[in-house]
Amino acid sequence: MSLALLIEWSLKSVVIILVILGGFAYLTLFERRVLARMQTRIGPNRAGPWGLLQPVADGVKLIFNEELIPAQADKVLFLLAPVITVVPALILLAVIPFGPEVTLFGRSYYLGLASNVNVGVLYILAVSSIAVYGIVIAGWASGNKYALLGGVRSTAQMVSYELALALAFVGPIMLAGSMSVDAIIEGQRHLWYVILQPLGFLIFLIAAVAEINRAPFDMPEAEQELVAGYHAEYSGMKFALFFMAEYGKMIAVSFIAATMFLGGYLGPFIDRWPLLGPIYLFIKVVALLFFIVWLRATFPRFRYDQLMAFGWKILLPLGLLNVVVTGVIIVLVGG
Amino acid sequence: MTIDLVLFFGLALIAVVAAIAMIASRNAVYSALFLVFNFLTVATLYLLLNAAFIAVVQVTVYAGAIMVLFLFVIMLLGTERESIGGRIRWQMPLSIVLGLALAGELAYVLLRNDIVQGPLADLTVEFGSPASIGRVLFNEYLVPFEVTSILLLVAMIGAIVITRKQREEGK
Repeated sequence: MSLALLIEWSLKSVVIILVILGGFAYLTLFERRVLARMQTRIGPNRAGPWGLLQPVADGVKLIFNEELIPAQADKVLFLLAPVITVVPALILLAVIPFGPEVTLFGRSYYLGLASNVNVGVLYILAVSSIAVYGIVIAGWASGNKYALLGGVRSTAQMVSYELALALAFVGPIMLAGSMSVDAIIEGQRHLWYVILQPLGFLIFLIAAVAEINRAPFDMPEAEQELVAGYHAEYSGMKFALFFMAEYGKMIAVSFIAATMFLGGYLGPFIDRWPLLGPIYLFIKVVALLFFIVWLRATFPRFRYDQLMAFGWKILLPLGLLNVVVTGVIIVLVGG
Repeated sequence: MTIDLVLFFGLALIAVVAAIAMIASRNAVYSALFLVFNFLTVATLYLLLNAAFIAVVQVTVYAGAIMVLFLFVIMLLGTERESIGGRIRWQMPLSIVLGLALAGELAYVLLRNDIVQGPLADLTVEFGSPASIGRVLFNEYLVPFEVTSILLLVAMIGAIVITRKQREEGK
């Protein structure tokens, strides 16, 4: 492997991680401002113009918080859990391409890290299935009943909705005839898969919101019943890491939805100006993030039994049905 | 080649240490987590062998799904501390006999010398891709595949029937 290639890959990795970290900081502000508008409040607008320095202020405040480890806690796992939670959120984007091949300074670059691997979609599923561990371990290691309940609940929830999530991926995979993310985007050149797979897109959105524990599926941290769920005992930067994981996953899920169903970086004039790719992708991702925040402002939280019944009795059969119908139509039309 | 070798021995060492730690640890939660760690190392070994599909499936199914259920049950039942008194007496001699038998078989197979046949053939681009695995699975090995799926279905129904009976008795 040549040095230039090594530098290129390291730079790409750093950029992807910066996208998630910077996105996390400003997504919190975005969410608070949007929620405030929807609830006819003003929201944070004191720190800097339009409150733009609010994430910085929040970060500084969290750094100066006291780091507390409960006496009942299992120390090693208690410290490890936030790390295990954050890492999957940071590496999920590795298989998402940010744009087509561009030529800069006489060399051509792929705007993505590993978007052409032939197991790209499975990689997304594998990484998101590892993300469960951080929350479970945090709940157990805290040595607190509420935290444990929150952790156990979220395990059940995430394992259940992972199935529906995987089934929603099968539609685009069958249409593109490949598990490579590049091929799936290329298959959407003429028509986005959201039009061919409306049910699949709906299942994906619902399952994804449940998988990242966002409202109305934010069971693990239902504050009325569980104090704060799995992160009740965490403070300071360790709490910030859980927060970062949640928003990082929100961003990653929006990128994945935009790529699998909304044509990814594709848009008008993309062939003439390839650098428009990241801009199109950014617009789609922000629209999806707005949608997720909007959901939080609109729906009350599900009850736990409703959540499980919905996942297993409605979402999973619908996902299977979608796979069968898509398969039959592909065979009939001659794919 | 040398980088591959260094990576292999590093990963193998980690995998073996994780496996031993899993058996040796007194806390069931730690045992489960060491096993997850072991699965992840083995998945990396698959990646070294150019079998990306198997590696990713290993992570999704074993580390991501099965072990989460294990951990779930351990935490829910609160049985993370192992009781030291309740060991079965004939377990120790039996395990020694079986372990020696396995070691002997492994040594015989390795020493028979027809496994190591010089350098491996060059891999095609298709090797280990989801499409090629699917083709083999659904053509050559269709019957074993279907039998396995029926076996899993039966096991699933069995689990449901057993829990159902208990619930009725509880009422």
